[in-house]
Amino acid sequence: MADSTYPIGGSLELPRVEQPRTWLETLQDWVITVDHKRLGLMYMGYALVFLIVGGVEAMLMRIQLARPNNGFISPEVYNRIFTMHGTTMVFLMGMPMLIGFANYLVPLMIGARDMAFPRLNAFSFWMTALGGLLLYYSFVGGVGLQGAGSAPDTTWWAYAPLTERAFSRGHTMDYWALSLIVSGFGTVGAAVNLIATTLCMRCKGMTLMRMPLFVWLNLVVGTLLLVAITPLTAAQIMLIIDRYLGGHFFDASAGGSPVMWNHFFWIFGHPEVYVLVLPAFAIANEIIPVFSRKAIFGYPAMVAASVGIGFISLGVWAHHMFTVGMDSTSNAFFVLSSELVGVPTGIKIFNWIATMWGGKIRFQTPMLFCTAFVIQFLFAGLTGIMLSVAPFDWQLHNSYFVVAHFHYVLVGAIVVCFFAAFYYWYPKMTGKMLNETMGKWHFWLFILGFHMTFDLMHIPGLLGMPRSIYTYEADRGWGGWNMLVTIGAAIQAIAILLFFFNLVYSYFRGAAAGPDPWDAWTLEWTTSSPPPVYNFAADPVVASRRPLWDLKHPEDTDSRYE
Amino acid sequence: MSTVTASLEHGQSSSDWPMPDKGVVGMVSLIVAESAIFTIFVIAYIYYIGKSLSGPTPRQVLEVPVWNTVCLLSSSLTMWLAERSLRQNAMRVFCGWWALTEALGATFLTGTAIEWHKLIYHDGLTISTNLFGTTFYSLVGLHATHVIVGLIMLTLVLIFGLTGKLKPEHSRRVEVLSLYWHFVDAVWVVVFTVVYIVGR
Amino acid sequence: MLWKFFKLLGVRSRTWYLLGIAAVGQATAWGQSAPGTTVYSVPNIFEPHSGSANLLYSISLFTLEITGAIFVVVAGLWLYVIVRFRNEDQLSEPPQIYGSAQIELSWTVIPILIVVVLFLTTARILFAVQDRPAPPGALHVDVVGHQFWWEFRYRKYGFVTANELHVPVSPPRAAEPTYLTLLSGDVDHSFWVPALFGKIDSIPNKVNSMWFDPDTTGIYLGQCAQFCGTAHAQMLLRVYVQTPEDFAAWLKNQEAPAVQDPSVAQGRQIFESQSCVSCHAIRGTAAHGTYGPDLTHMMSRDTLASGVIANNLANLKSWIKDPQAIKPGSMMPAMQLSDEQIDQVAAYLSTLK
Repeated sequence: MADSTYPIGGSLELPRVEQPRTWLETLQDWVITVDHKRLGLMYMGYALVFLIVGGVEAMLMRIQLARPNNGFISPEVYNRIFTMHGTTMVFLMGMPMLIGFANYLVPLMIGARDMAFPRLNAFSFWMTALGGLLLYYSFVGGVGLQGAGSAPDTTWWAYAPLTERAFSRGHTMDYWALSLIVSGFGTVGAAVNLIATTLCMRCKGMTLMRMPLFVWLNLVVGTLLLVAITPLTAAQIMLIIDRYLGGHFFDASAGGSPVMWNHFFWIFGHPEVYVLVLPAFAIANEIIPVFSRKAIFGYPAMVAASVGIGFISLGVWAHHMFTVGMDSTSNAFFVLSSELVGVPTGIKIFNWIATMWGGKIRFQTPMLFCTAFVIQFLFAGLTGIMLSVAPFDWQLHNSYFVVAHFHYVLVGAIVVCFFAAFYYWYPKMTGKMLNETMGKWHFWLFILGFHMTFDLMHIPGLLGMPRSIYTYEADRGWGGWNMLVTIGAAIQAIAILLFFFNLVYSYFRGAAAGPDPWDAWTLEWTTSSPPPVYNFAADPVVASRRPLWDLKHPEDTDSRYE
Repeated sequence: MSTVTASLEHGQSSSDWPMPDKGVVGMVSLIVAESAIFTIFVIAYIYYIGKSLSGPTPRQVLEVPVWNTVCLLSSSLTMWLAERSLRQNAMRVFCGWWALTEALGATFLTGTAIEWHKLIYHDGLTISTNLFGTTFYSLVGLHATHVIVGLIMLTLVLIFGLTGKLKPEHSRRVEVLSLYWHFVDAVWVVVFTVVYIVGR
Repeated sequence: MLWKFFKLLGVRSRTWYLLGIAAVGQATAWGQSAPGTTVYSVPNIFEPHSGSANLLYSISLFTLEITGAIFVVVAGLWLYVIVRFRNEDQLSEPPQIYGSAQIELSWTVIPILIVVVLFLTTARILFAVQDRPAPPGALHVDVVGHQFWWEFRYRKYGFVTANELHVPVSPPRAAEPTYLTLLSGDVDHSFWVPALFGKIDSIPNKVNSMWFDPDTTGIYLGQCAQFCGTAHAQMLLRVYVQTPEDFAAWLKNQEAPAVQDPSVAQGRQIFESQSCVSCHAIRGTAAHGTYGPDLTHMMSRDTLASGVIANNLANLKSWIKDPQAIKPGSMMPAMQLSDEQIDQVAAYLSTLK
């Protein structure tokens, strides 16, 4: 049954007219395209470029921190680099990557020919791209704190009043604020598109409760983006008003409240974490069942948990602010709401394990990454519970424990799932399999480096090492741990280089994939690899959550259980 | 396998598989996003009521813009009447109501401009004067910006209407635009309440 | 048990240190003016030395035990699944199971119960720590965060000092807890001395507070924990927990005006004629600046530049000559004094015991 040339309808091979084209014509095709697949690939390419940029920044920081009182880079440069690293990885790597995958896969999974608004889709991508360029233009565009920097250097959460004119002269904060406003417009456009596509473009028979969980989670992500990105945009507009028009939103000397920025930022910032991690869940929800050869366990509960996480995530932002001096009742409220997120998240982890339970697990590279994801996300969730305990958080907040915790989420869960997604869907996108041997090497090297870096990084945090410091004293006992962390980071870097090599190598030398290399069940595998511009020769009609399962097992269809 | 293949090739028609209108869904999503922006500015306004370290205060300088409010709110009604005419293919009537909607919106903007002129030149309140100035001009200005964007789009529709390009089958699209305009009106109710009643 | 492992961290980190992986530097050199005083240089959050930090420690252990137990159980299931159900046989599909209401209900309800228990325990500690009123005998100090140093105002005693906070030890039987009022002179900072308490931010236009009752004398280190600009990493903190007698002696010295030593009049004259006085204050002289640390008794402090270098004559001279070389981003400019002038100013400042 695992035959990849399973004859499936809906992938009519129309004769392709290939004309010789110059590279300029090809480039123009890509620039003016409104095809969701090409835009998806462009988002991903854009994200991969910034993964390298942000990764280089991370390595520079790790080299600087490897030894106490190190002089590898100056404090001005270090402050710029960690600000740019955070901003890059969240806004220019994480979000474009998730939007890229959603763009590529959601229409295919719901049997649609494109997104609801293809031109808006192109507009969103180019706005996002412009945002990234604006941010990096600041390296040549202006000076920062005390005229010392040439890139934003006030951390990616940019607490006021450090970002006000009085403390950040020059234009770097302006580039920062503008680039986030501009890329925010792009993101909101993408979110509108995702929601409209999911609700309005489903093929016949694709009811909401038959949508693949990947689509469900991206629907929740779209909704979260609508209400999470916009508060950030509003706060950035306020910051610009303060800086350019002499406003006083965050100006303490005129009675303004810097704490308000913290609230507005984290009203964006915490849902943003879920915006980034839900796509990771989405990926795992597709890969784990296919490689366990079992339907996802508790589909309705998974949907409910996803929506539940979305809702609760809007009411937990101030757990980033236990140290700003809120009254005890507010603190207690945010302790409770933050800990409640653990319940739907727990449901998800249990359901993944239950899906694997009783299955016949195939440990190919995508599944390896997803298996690691489950345990790493569990660990990250539990350190998250520790941080939600306000009195414990008074110690842990802004320490390296926090840095380790959120990198466990961002790298251990999200990046790892992105890797899984590349191994899983690369055949669909290119028609070539990624090299499995290199994939295994990539996996084991990356996991080794990841755990060396981020498991050990918790410890200097417990020993009192605060974040955003460019150097530290020798007598604090942090030196050895930091050295090991840096070595781990180097191992991760090697693994990622191997991954990039694999992406290029397999494109030219990889084995042909065929339409359905993994013997999977969702609609994207019914069409050819890569799919034609129109996706499906005929509009699909589905009768269950796993249309391809039904096709392959007419004696035991899913539709009987719904 | 052939039966299976046939089932996937089954055609799709809108009548036996109804889906929500993507224009409406898209606009509603956009409105949700816009509401979040306004919420943040409204929260900032409410939080800073009475926290200015220096004058002028809202009580000293703000007058309740009753005429403005009446104009803007009634424009929602005229727009609804215009849409009805469009569905009935009464194009002349449509253009009349639509033009009146625009005129009411423009009156509102003019009223805001006169108010701002008085505040800036007579009362000396600018965006950098105090917290009240900062939050007032930001919130009211954000809303006025939305009115301007709405007016530009309304004008486009009016031009299409007057040149005979607009047909009753476009009424779905005009409805999507009207959603935006009704939203801008609804936001004014909130802004009006917060700025001119609670904050004063 | 898990907590023992964390308890051990402090010891283990010192092992690293002894192994020489951490560069052994000035660590021991700085206690020189207070012989016999223990310097707790590793700010391990699992080695609390005050009652309030102990409360945080207890809830931390409780949380660690709960999360540790959850991890062991779930990771055990995970491990079992990947070992037991790995399968090369792909000839047939396994039986399809779509869900189970009972099982799913159980793993919804049990986490909710755990959350309730954890929340109630947390709330008890939270209210006990945060809402505790100051007893009559408490010491009150205003802490003002500046770019990039700490100002400590002992309002009741009428003096101001910097970077090295002195407080009395406060054993349960003779409690003399310290209550800090946290303020900021410019941007956000965060006061964090892990052995004594967690961190609370000092934010402009906002009044925050924290308290601790140290149970052991010694010098406890910490630093600013909220990014505040270029030299944030070197905005260090030292808290001296002293016996009541030592603390009283320190108070008495600080309350007195600056020493007037005629033998260094030349240095004093340079100090007062330069713009030093626009930032620094020395009580009893013409220097009234408040932008930089109060220097009235600067020689009673062990360190310069908010804990970055030991306070001795050589360091003092190089600090005056070029502050940016020692602490890049520091707000103190190099005054372009000649070497001779620097010698004289340093000689003057050295008399300010």
